[in-house]
Amino acid sequence: MTEGRISTWYVAEGTRVSKGDELVDIETEKVANTYESPYSGILRRRLVEEGEALPIGALFGIIASDDVPDAEIDAYVAEVRAAVVTATESGAGGLAPQLVDIAGGCARFLKRGDEGVPIVMIHGFAGDLSSWLLNQDVLAESHIVYALDLPGHGGSRTGEQVTSIREFADFILAFLDAMNLTKAHLIGHSLGGGAVARMAIDHPSRVASLTLLAPVGLGKEIDSEFINGLLRADRRKDMMLVLGRLFHDRGLVSRDMVMNMLKSKRIDGAVDCLRAIAERNFKDGLQTISLRDELSRLPLPVQIIWGASDKIIPSEHSAHLAPSVSVHLIENAGHMVHMEKAAQVNNLTRQLINAS
Amino acid sequence: MSSATNRKDVNQPRRKARISYRMALNEALAQEMQRDERIVLLGEDIAGGMGAPGEQDTWGGAFGVTKGLLGRFGRDRVMDTPLQESAIIGAALGAASSGLRPVAELMFMNFIGVCMDQLLNQAPKFRYMFGGKVTTPVTIRTVYGAGIRVAGQHSNSYHSILTHIPGLKVVMPSSPYDAKGLLIASIRDDDPVIFCEHIALFDKEGAVPEEPYTIPFGEANVLREGEDVTIVALGRMVEFASTAAESLQKAGIRCTVIDPRTTSPLDEETIIESVTETGRLVVVDEGNPRCSMGTDISALIAEKAFYALKAPIRMVTAPHSPVPFAPTLEDAYLPNPQKIEAAVRSVLERRGD
Repeated sequence: MTEGRISTWYVAEGTRVSKGDELVDIETEKVANTYESPYSGILRRRLVEEGEALPIGALFGIIASDDVPDAEIDAYVAEVRAAVVTATESGAGGLAPQLVDIAGGCARFLKRGDEGVPIVMIHGFAGDLSSWLLNQDVLAESHIVYALDLPGHGGSRTGEQVTSIREFADFILAFLDAMNLTKAHLIGHSLGGGAVARMAIDHPSRVASLTLLAPVGLGKEIDSEFINGLLRADRRKDMMLVLGRLFHDRGLVSRDMVMNMLKSKRIDGAVDCLRAIAERNFKDGLQTISLRDELSRLPLPVQIIWGASDKIIPSEHSAHLAPSVSVHLIENAGHMVHMEKAAQVNNLTRQLINAS
Repeated sequence: MSSATNRKDVNQPRRKARISYRMALNEALAQEMQRDERIVLLGEDIAGGMGAPGEQDTWGGAFGVTKGLLGRFGRDRVMDTPLQESAIIGAALGAASSGLRPVAELMFMNFIGVCMDQLLNQAPKFRYMFGGKVTTPVTIRTVYGAGIRVAGQHSNSYHSILTHIPGLKVVMPSSPYDAKGLLIASIRDDDPVIFCEHIALFDKEGAVPEEPYTIPFGEANVLREGEDVTIVALGRMVEFASTAAESLQKAGIRCTVIDPRTTSPLDEETIIESVTETGRLVVVDEGNPRCSMGTDISALIAEKAFYALKAPIRMVTAPHSPVPFAPTLEDAYLPNPQKIEAAVRSVLERRGD
């Protein structure tokens, strides 16, 4: 994501706000998200209009106490804007994903944060590292966070095509090795959840904690109509219908989200690769892997977060695991729980990581 | 998602994410020629003769689009032709009808007069007149558009003339992403495709995937959505329309901007649906106004969305005149963001105001 669009301001200039109050809605290439005030004070300036787009890092508002003179605020705004121009001209801005050679292939990842035990985040089927748009920066406030592409997704590649959960787990391990990470907190969504679970079961000494978001591997059922629809849809309207099934509120599916999915499917070989992964893991509408027993026995902190309205993988799969596995069902959230209820997911994830 | 499962290119060095329109076209040609040895290139100066010692393609095309391809694929597949459009296009059609997949270049769309029989009577009609026994998988790349001071015989946008001809597909990318995907789709298409490259867009940069990919014909790109006015724009006019829309946004006027990307086939559905919502249409095309994409799209809406209209349709086009050479006159000739803004405001005025 390189820019966002302010869709709605909730607070007028001159209004007193408290930390946590809702300030603006920001539209991203994924979903619209409400931005909460990081400070208490008076909203002295709104520097962007509703409907206006700004690049990442742009200053869009000023909160200050009411005894700060206007002149000082104006001067600050001018100074920040001048600095942005200089930075853009000098080509600064390390916000792009990077590549690293790993055993058997090449991994694309996005790194944020600069301290603490590392976290590795793995997206789901047909997604990529940008799936964590609303989560990665929050966790990066106190940790180094790597969002990694699975092979055949985004920019990660392997010499031979890999399709199984175990091969994905091996890929994650190879990434940890390549980046010299002895131990990491793992977070995985859906297919990525199965992959990180497998990795933790096979190599528990490399894992500090496990957070699974609506993972595969805990039950048989999966919505194969959704998978088939996703593989087939090549028009905007068709894809919009399909992606709507991922959310409790289907209105969250934006034009950008639809186009990004169509674009990634139109890359040569992409659909064949996805189809092979679906064949291997979700044949005939049933999941082929089961990790329940091994997960229940895992001597690690494990939590599972599921949207109560998940239409793709039923949240009932989270039931009847060992008591040591904590389970959180989130109301009014579908399969993309980390996007639809980002703040809640971020809080739960941070709690587990800090406690580990 | 990515495609590479070929062990050889897994760890190839990757290029930067943003490349120019010119490089996107070059990459499309290189990747397709790598994939399918039936693809050959013909045109004037597409290699351009010997240059400095060691360099065999001085030009690589008048605009540099085919640079480097001679070195990779040799003179059997990258052919400099004589200065004779009827021969270039005629040879391409013949080659296409006998098993090759040629990409021929018409250096300027203005030269189309010299090969009009090939494009009007031959290419589009082979499949039809030979009862389906022949396919003509030819792509004709051509450069069009004004703005760089090359005057009356090198600056026209004659895409509407080609759109008129059944049997031809007409493609007009406005961005590097669209350019690569649409050129690959054009080459893979089994029918004659006229691929129009805008003369002022070659240096424009944008994010383009490294892997080959396609974009389907007849799918418009919606660049922004707004409920007040629908602006349909083609080629270089797309960025002018976006600039106008951004400026209008600040005044509280919300515009939808649609880039059809292909005029034949045309994504009628997206345009009709949008005008049904907004009730107002502005069409921007730098071609001359009579019998243009402006009139074509206006007629489409007048026929299929008449009752949704809240105001007359406005077209922003060049005047009915050759393209001037004098810089001030050429600038006055072309549509620009200010003219588009004025057109949008005019369809928002109430009658009698």
